[in-house]
Amino acid sequence: MTTSTGMTDKHGAHEAQHGPLSYRLLLGIWLGLMALTATTITATRIDLGFLNVVAAMGIASAKAGLVIFFFMHLKYENRLIKGMALTAFVILAIAIGLTFVDVGYRY
Amino acid sequence: MDQTDQTDQTDQTGHPDQTPSTAASGASQPFFGPQNPGATGGKGSGLASWIFSTDHKRIGLLYLGLIGLMFTVALVLGLILRLKLMTPGSTLLTPQQYNAMFTLHGVIMVFMVVIPSIPASFGNIFLPLQIGANDVSFPRLNNFSWWLYVLGMTLAITSIFTGAGAPDTGWTFYVPFSERTTTNVSLAVIAVFILGFSSILTGLNFITTVHRLRTPGMTWKKLPLFVWSLYATGWIQVLATPILGITALLIFAERVLHLGLFDPGLGGDPLLYQHLFWIYSHPAVYIMILPAMGVISEIIPVFARKPIFGYNMIAFSSLAIAFAGSLVWAHHMFTSGMSDTAVLVFSFLTFVVAIPSAIKVFNWLSTLYKGSISLDPPLLFSLGFIFMFSIGGLTGLVLGAAGTDIHVHDTYFVVAHFHYVIFGGTGLGMFAAMHYWFPKVFGRMYDHGRAAWAFWLILLGMNVLYFPMFIMGLQGMPRRYYDYLPQYAPLQMLSTWGSWLLAVGLGLMFWNLYRGCRFGPRATQNPWGGATLEWTLPTPLPHEAFHHDPEAPEPYDYKGINPDG
Repeated sequence: MTTSTGMTDKHGAHEAQHGPLSYRLLLGIWLGLMALTATTITATRIDLGFLNVVAAMGIASAKAGLVIFFFMHLKYENRLIKGMALTAFVILAIAIGLTFVDVGYRY
Repeated sequence: MDQTDQTDQTDQTGHPDQTPSTAASGASQPFFGPQNPGATGGKGSGLASWIFSTDHKRIGLLYLGLIGLMFTVALVLGLILRLKLMTPGSTLLTPQQYNAMFTLHGVIMVFMVVIPSIPASFGNIFLPLQIGANDVSFPRLNNFSWWLYVLGMTLAITSIFTGAGAPDTGWTFYVPFSERTTTNVSLAVIAVFILGFSSILTGLNFITTVHRLRTPGMTWKKLPLFVWSLYATGWIQVLATPILGITALLIFAERVLHLGLFDPGLGGDPLLYQHLFWIYSHPAVYIMILPAMGVISEIIPVFARKPIFGYNMIAFSSLAIAFAGSLVWAHHMFTSGMSDTAVLVFSFLTFVVAIPSAIKVFNWLSTLYKGSISLDPPLLFSLGFIFMFSIGGLTGLVLGAAGTDIHVHDTYFVVAHFHYVIFGGTGLGMFAAMHYWFPKVFGRMYDHGRAAWAFWLILLGMNVLYFPMFIMGLQGMPRRYYDYLPQYAPLQMLSTWGSWLLAVGLGLMFWNLYRGCRFGPRATQNPWGGATLEWTLPTPLPHEAFHHDPEAPEPYDYKGINPDG
């Protein structure tokens, strides 16, 4: 039977393998997030029609990806955890997509 | 839960079926129920040792106690509603009281009874034991989830008696009414928010436990089907419930801050609310029904003395239901003014989800075919489940077809369909679980004859209560109306008589279980001849179940396993 300590050890091993993330990398990601936020705001001022929503969603997804992969360390986790997180996002994407089957075709 | 005091030590004599292993050590003392000779019963019998317990079995029983209490409250509300509707005209309740009462009946039954019912009680107790673990992965989180349930329950009850009156929106809290009503909706949605977290934590715990705590050799293909169904349920709980949480918070924010999310007057979209609400609340009906299907998959092969037919397909169909069931939510909105494209897509997806449900039903029937069937109470309730669920499921297709839905939307037809699936399905599944695992948990046996009587009364009562609603719905009787035209009077009267039959049946069942718990004969280790791991443990269950990792059994191979006694 695998115990929860097994999980901690594994996690510790990950830390040792990759070391803590460098300040340079973290700062870079933070700047990236800020730049994307600025892009979101700018994009709202240009009228792209339906593409406005696509742009906002796309940029938000990119930002969430950066946070999850680096700040939340998903990049350094094993396949199972990655797969589970991915499943959650695929379901979310499908849910949002199916909502647009309504919103996109209303008259 | 004060009946949990382990002081019942006097009637040990004359019960030779006591298993020797139960008396081995202090650690092996039963966690509940009749104690062994010489047990002190001192350690772990006080109230604090229960409500702060991290033992999955105790938490399961804590949940069971509160769920039973809430079920009784909401049941009484339902009986009063039926009494009011027995005759046309303004009787017994004012319209406002009537609105508040059907709202509370729904909120309590859905969020406090049916959603936690089987996973939080029997799931907590038997999921770890069936996979050979001594507890769930996060025992303290498990206790915390019970406390969240208590907090949510308290707030919901408080919302009835405080503010400007009990919520009167119906359990769905539809905007724009829920934003504008002066009743205590704000507190009620916060209660729902908190109850949601309780559910998420239980699901998270189950997923982790199934992944990490299986005994060596317990491969995915050897998992009992109850565990499979809880695993699928856990995923829905984790993925869908946060959407309910945020939706409840958005209602609160609309009421307090007037943000304009849903209110068209402020630029919002009321249909957005319905989307968000049903993105959770439709998968929630699969949170309700999947664990019951798991229970049925456990019970049927044991009482047919035959391996389950189509193990792989039943396990797979649980996942398929969890996935496809997450994609059908807008079939609640066919008449709401949503786009026709969406109506088409969601109607199609609704028909898709019927397939895995039918797979299960056919596999259960095939398991029974040429089996050596003993009609003990757990099997009776399971057969009742199949009967009621089939009617509820097939009428669901009437509602899923966009054309017919226009006719029966928001009529009694929906009410009947829902109660057939949830009460006839999950309710009977829960009662089946209670009768199946009762001897293992409480260490005693109930009276089988009385249980059978209770079953037939409940089944008859349910059908007399709910079947007339199908007819009234087809004739156009809208749901949630305070009064009705004289043409509906005979069927309304019949339906109310059914509610009394049902109440008598439920009363008899609970009384029989209570009698069994207090005075029944001592239960043996494996009274039904089950092959899953919990039946290899002493009765009642010891505090610590497994001292070593047990070997993973074939969960549905009954060769050489016979019921005791």
